[in-house]
Amino acid sequence: MDLTFVIIVETLYAVASLVLISAGLAVVFGMMKVINLAHGEFMMMGGYVTITAVGLGVNVFVAMLVIAPLVVGLIGLVVERLVIRHLYGRLVDTMLATWGLSLVFIGLATMIFGNTTTGISTPITGFAVGNYQINGYNFFIIVVSIVLVIGIYAVLRGTRAGLIARGAMQRSDMAAALGYSPDRIYMATFFCGSALSGLAGAVLAPLVGLVPTSGGAYIAKAFITVIAGGPALIAGLVSSATSFGVVSQVFTFAISPVFGEVALLVLAVILLRAMPQGITGRLFKGKL
Amino acid sequence: MSLNRRELLGGAAALTTAGLLPRVAFAADAIKLGSILDKSGPFDAYGKPMDMATRLAVAEINEAGGLLGREVEIFAYDTQSDMALYSQYGQQLTRQDKVDVVHGGILSASREAIRQTMRKSKTLYFYNVLYEGGVCDRNIFINGVTPAQQVEALVPYAMNNSGKKVYILAADYNYGQITARWIEKFVRDNGGEVVGTDFFPLDVSDFGSTIAKVQTAAPDLVIAPLVGGAHLSFFRQWAAAGMKDKIALASTTLGVGNEHKVLTPEEGNGIMCAYNYSQELDTPENAAFKERWAAMFDGDQSMHEIAVSHYHGLHTWAEGVRTAGTIDRDAVIEALETGISITGPGGKVTVDPKTHHAVLDVHLMEMRDQKMNVIETLPQRQPIDTQAVCDLSANPDDNTQYEIEI
Repeated sequence: MDLTFVIIVETLYAVASLVLISAGLAVVFGMMKVINLAHGEFMMMGGYVTITAVGLGVNVFVAMLVIAPLVVGLIGLVVERLVIRHLYGRLVDTMLATWGLSLVFIGLATMIFGNTTTGISTPITGFAVGNYQINGYNFFIIVVSIVLVIGIYAVLRGTRAGLIARGAMQRSDMAAALGYSPDRIYMATFFCGSALSGLAGAVLAPLVGLVPTSGGAYIAKAFITVIAGGPALIAGLVSSATSFGVVSQVFTFAISPVFGEVALLVLAVILLRAMPQGITGRLFKGKL
Repeated sequence: MSLNRRELLGGAAALTTAGLLPRVAFAADAIKLGSILDKSGPFDAYGKPMDMATRLAVAEINEAGGLLGREVEIFAYDTQSDMALYSQYGQQLTRQDKVDVVHGGILSASREAIRQTMRKSKTLYFYNVLYEGGVCDRNIFINGVTPAQQVEALVPYAMNNSGKKVYILAADYNYGQITARWIEKFVRDNGGEVVGTDFFPLDVSDFGSTIAKVQTAAPDLVIAPLVGGAHLSFFRQWAAAGMKDKIALASTTLGVGNEHKVLTPEEGNGIMCAYNYSQELDTPENAAFKERWAAMFDGDQSMHEIAVSHYHGLHTWAEGVRTAGTIDRDAVIEALETGISITGPGGKVTVDPKTHHAVLDVHLMEMRDQKMNVIETLPQRQPIDTQAVCDLSANPDDNTQYEIEI
């Protein structure tokens, strides 16, 4: 009984962390079709911003939930103005440019913070469930990602800004004809995407040992999740994160963490073979 | 000749600094010492202090009058954590610079990349890092701790402090696999039982399900030969789940790159480990070493296990040259094989003639407030793992890295 509960929590946590890792990329890649290979480095910077802010005496939750997304969002804004905006619609060129950016960010972080592992401890203590100890911070991550999904949905569905953004992504020429500047909309969307990446890096920072190259660990999973999710932003994100999270956790518990990772990759291959357009290319059509 | 202000100032500065250096008159041309280390890239946390250790040791040797009346000169290459550069710079050191000895290499992969180059060119080679054991080659001297030396000491100590049921969490490559096998052996030898073993690829950073699995097995002790930044997450998540006070924890790797200074006291306190060196070692040699290090590098105190091993290796080589009275490779090897000892910051280090590994002190430690407090010192442990497979006095032409059957 206790073990069942622990397994359920761990599985929910795995799904939630996949959602967190992929949300920023889903906005930047899913909506704007910009292949951001520096996504992992945006997360890494979110982590470093949090650690630096906490070191300066800021409350850890403020640092994670406010400062890190803002700072990384602003970095994203600068990147968009200087690099990305010249490359819209040129997939391969953006890949090359963002890969270069990721190397620059790793280099800068190494220069500033050094190449040694840093980190902060989790702000929430563990507690007992029957005979098991469980990491209280897992619940925080689950809550953050639920709020995040609802938030993205509310903005895209319920606000005028969301409507304009969705419209501009589908037909930027029509949006322009109606008097909205696609340039501005892209800029704002990229800001939001970067901020989401920064948030993810920040929220995960207390669980990991952070080094400038940490971003590399996230990027593959993020791309797999977003691509397997397909065209619908939220339905795709949630459905693919759920499938991958559940499968990898089941194999991790049943056999070992190595098989958990293997199962995730095998599932990705099968999914893409069966549904080349992603899960939402076949199911949940027309959803957001 | 025109001279601008910048050049003039630069020249003046150079002259002033040159005047400050102690001048020892050296007879002949310098002895060439090759150094090959990752001073940048992912492994620079290990490589930078090792490079500092090289410079400190060579400065000490030269201040004491050099070797055989000759100055020691460093030929250093930064391999940038790139294994391909090891082969390239290894060739350069032996063919172009024609150095008399090479010290360096950090990962086992880097050692294997240059070991044969050194052997073929008859260049004496020192690899001064803790590693998985088993290299048997008369041209190489190794003075890091091997798994058996470390685990043999750590397992009984940790089991005495906790209990008989042990769970192993190890990195999934040769070091972790081999170390896990040694842990199993010593747990059995001490009357204990291994209730589970899990291996993790180096990029795994989420240990939530593992922590639940460990609790299902309900061990008394977890031993974790985990490696690198991603694996450091385990110690953090273990503490976050509140496991610290429930199940005892020991590691064979934590602290080698000063990781204990990254974990908070709540996360690190009570973790048991066993190494050849801790900054907290209370010996006159260590106090003097730390002082000289600080004086040379502006108060820096980044020395760690591997850097100190490296420092030991340089002084062992110097002692070998002094004993041999020449820098001829064969003569130096024979001198080292007489079982030369030096006493360094980590204690007494003796060359084991049969394996060219080191007999050294292993210190049992417990982390407390970001320090590695020494609980007990086990003097002069033999490299029993490599000794089981390697005998260079009987078989001097051996050139293998053995996988030791346990």
